[in-house]
Amino acid sequence: MSAAAEERNARAPWALTAPALMLFVGVLLIPLAMTVMLSFHDWGQYKGIEPVFILKNWKEIATDPYYAEMFWRTFRIAILTTLLTALLGAPEAYILNRMSGRWKSFFLLVILGPLLISVVARTLGWALLFGGNNGLVNKLLMSAGVIRFPIPFMFTETGMVVALAHVMMPFMVLSVWAALQRLDPQIENAAMSLGAGPITIIRRIIMPQIMPGVLSGAIIVFSLSASAFATPAIIGGRRLKVAATLAYDEFLNTLNWPLGAAVATLLLVALVLIVVGSNALIERRYAEVFR
Amino acid sequence: MAFLELEGVAKQFGAQTVVDDFSLAVGKGEFISFLGPSGCGKTTTLQMIAGFLDPTRGAIRLEDKDLTAIHPAKRGLGIVFQSYALFPHMTAAENVAFGLEMRNVSRADRAERVRAALAMVGLAGYEDRHPRRMSGGQQQRVALARALVIKPSVLLLDEPLSNLDAKLREEMQIELRQIQRTIGTTTILVTHDQNEAMSLSDRIVVMSQGKIEQIGTPQETYEKPASAFVSQFLGKTNDFAGAIDRTATPALLVVGSWSAPAPAGLSGPVTVSIRPERIGFGDAGLGAKIVTRIFQGNHWLFQCDSECGPAIVIRQNDGQPQPTEGEAVRLTWRPEDMSVRARTVA
Ligand SMILES: Nc1ncnc2c1ncn2[C@@H]1O[C@H](COP(=O)(O)OP(=O)(O)OP(=O)(O)O)[C@@H](O)[C@H]1O
Ligand SMILES: [Mg+2]
Repeated sequence: MSAAAEERNARAPWALTAPALMLFVGVLLIPLAMTVMLSFHDWGQYKGIEPVFILKNWKEIATDPYYAEMFWRTFRIAILTTLLTALLGAPEAYILNRMSGRWKSFFLLVILGPLLISVVARTLGWALLFGGNNGLVNKLLMSAGVIRFPIPFMFTETGMVVALAHVMMPFMVLSVWAALQRLDPQIENAAMSLGAGPITIIRRIIMPQIMPGVLSGAIIVFSLSASAFATPAIIGGRRLKVAATLAYDEFLNTLNWPLGAAVATLLLVALVLIVVGSNALIERRYAEVFR
Repeated sequence: MAFLELEGVAKQFGAQTVVDDFSLAVGKGEFISFLGPSGCGKTTTLQMIAGFLDPTRGAIRLEDKDLTAIHPAKRGLGIVFQSYALFPHMTAAENVAFGLEMRNVSRADRAERVRAALAMVGLAGYEDRHPRRMSGGQQQRVALARALVIKPSVLLLDEPLSNLDAKLREEMQIELRQIQRTIGTTTILVTHDQNEAMSLSDRIVVMSQGKIEQIGTPQETYEKPASAFVSQFLGKTNDFAGAIDRTATPALLVVGSWSAPAPAGLSGPVTVSIRPERIGFGDAGLGAKIVTRIFQGNHWLFQCDSECGPAIVIRQNDGQPQPTEGEAVRLTWRPEDMSVRARTVA
């Protein structure tokens, strides 16, 4: 091959990816960089945003315990949501995988169908069921005399975890499902022929093999829950804020953009570190199953 | 007394009968092959013995005990799956140890037996490897060790060698046979490879469409096929249309220009099967012309156009001059080398 052709070949990948690359840079990298820059700017009630480089916002976040509480709550909710989806989603995927043809596709549709409906609509559903005295379930239970006061759901962390787990469930089920598809269809028979009972089979054979699926599902659910906006906004409102709704409030209510940008940046950085870190850990731990 | 006995076993999936009227008595220590084309119900039969499928009809007995009443986990059979179905998250040693663990064998005992089992299949030193880091042949040996270490009463092998390349398969066949001879485990092997069935087994069960076509030693099934299917399936064969003439004295079996004294019993139109290596070139016999002549090292393969349709002939490469393409020849064979079946004329 001639040198010129070789050079042309070397350039071809860049030329081919250029449009996508430009889009990526234009709509993701540049706004992101601007947000990071913004977090170092100054802001005052009357003077507005001043394009200077100061650490005021970062200092405020670091020292004011209000922000620590906010982030701690965000991650607590995300962790609990992740646990709940794993606890329910993994068995769900396993049962789904054992169903026969027609039922399998029907229930897969039932599980994935909600993805077609807006998160807002799905969360509002919970509000309609449990929202204070007027919530359908609360009303029914109260009139039946089962409970005296409405079950507290709105503006509680429990409510937020339940609603988020509901929204995130398909991601966990899909992820475990994918891991189950990789299992040898005869693996359970093999264990059975060696004398293993059903519980031993699940605990010793199935679980270790779908663990990578559960963990990658957990990473997806965790990062989506920690950065979720719509569900916390509807369930928690401005009474029970998390990092995402906090950043939103700083941007649109207080109009303190630089502080909002600092909160958003911190959330992003924390999430990236957690996700990349745990991913590396999982891949090392499960190298044998992943290959 | 039969060790493992299947009596009138049948399996239906919906309206489709996949295995029908399957009866077989396996002696202790015997090596049996189920041989048949894809989809003929070999795996289904094996899975019924293993207990993963319930027979629709019939009985399966092991040492006169009803096997179908026993849960698969309690049958104590060793099974090697076509895909091996090794536990990928466990090392080779852990895989082999699993069955012993389920039997509550003590840790020290377990380690010793695992080591011995892996050594027996030639995998000493591979204890700590994970299956995904082993070659196909090595995985197959781990699967074999895992099935054998529990000292199964019967070893069931579902096409265990079909994923291996030809050379490795041959090596594993020899090894499998040696191991089976040494420890004397009653073995059932499922295969669709006739060479494998012939070289390994004491008896072959030839199956077609869920039914048994013939049960016999490799030699019997090859030389005295019970049906056209068996003779076609087990190696190459020539089927010639012939007739038995009972009006002549003595009665004659006539195939084209070839004739011999008729065997007792049959009369009228018959089909005559002769293996290609049993046909020779002579001065008298079935008239034919050589179409192609193929040299295959230790033998010659001739494709001929005979009076009774196409014929194949295999001759040892013994250094003698062989007929050339286009040459007119006469095909002859000894009457005892052919099998004769009645032919229904359409
Ligand atoms: N669960 C099932 N439901 C319906 N039909 C089935 C089922 N399992 C197998 N069959 C059918 O039963 C027939 C025999 O299947 P089986 O797996 O026993 O064949 P086999 O002889 O092992 O073939 P191969 O050599 O390809 O493995 C096939 O026609 C197959 O389609
Ligand atoms: Mg099969």
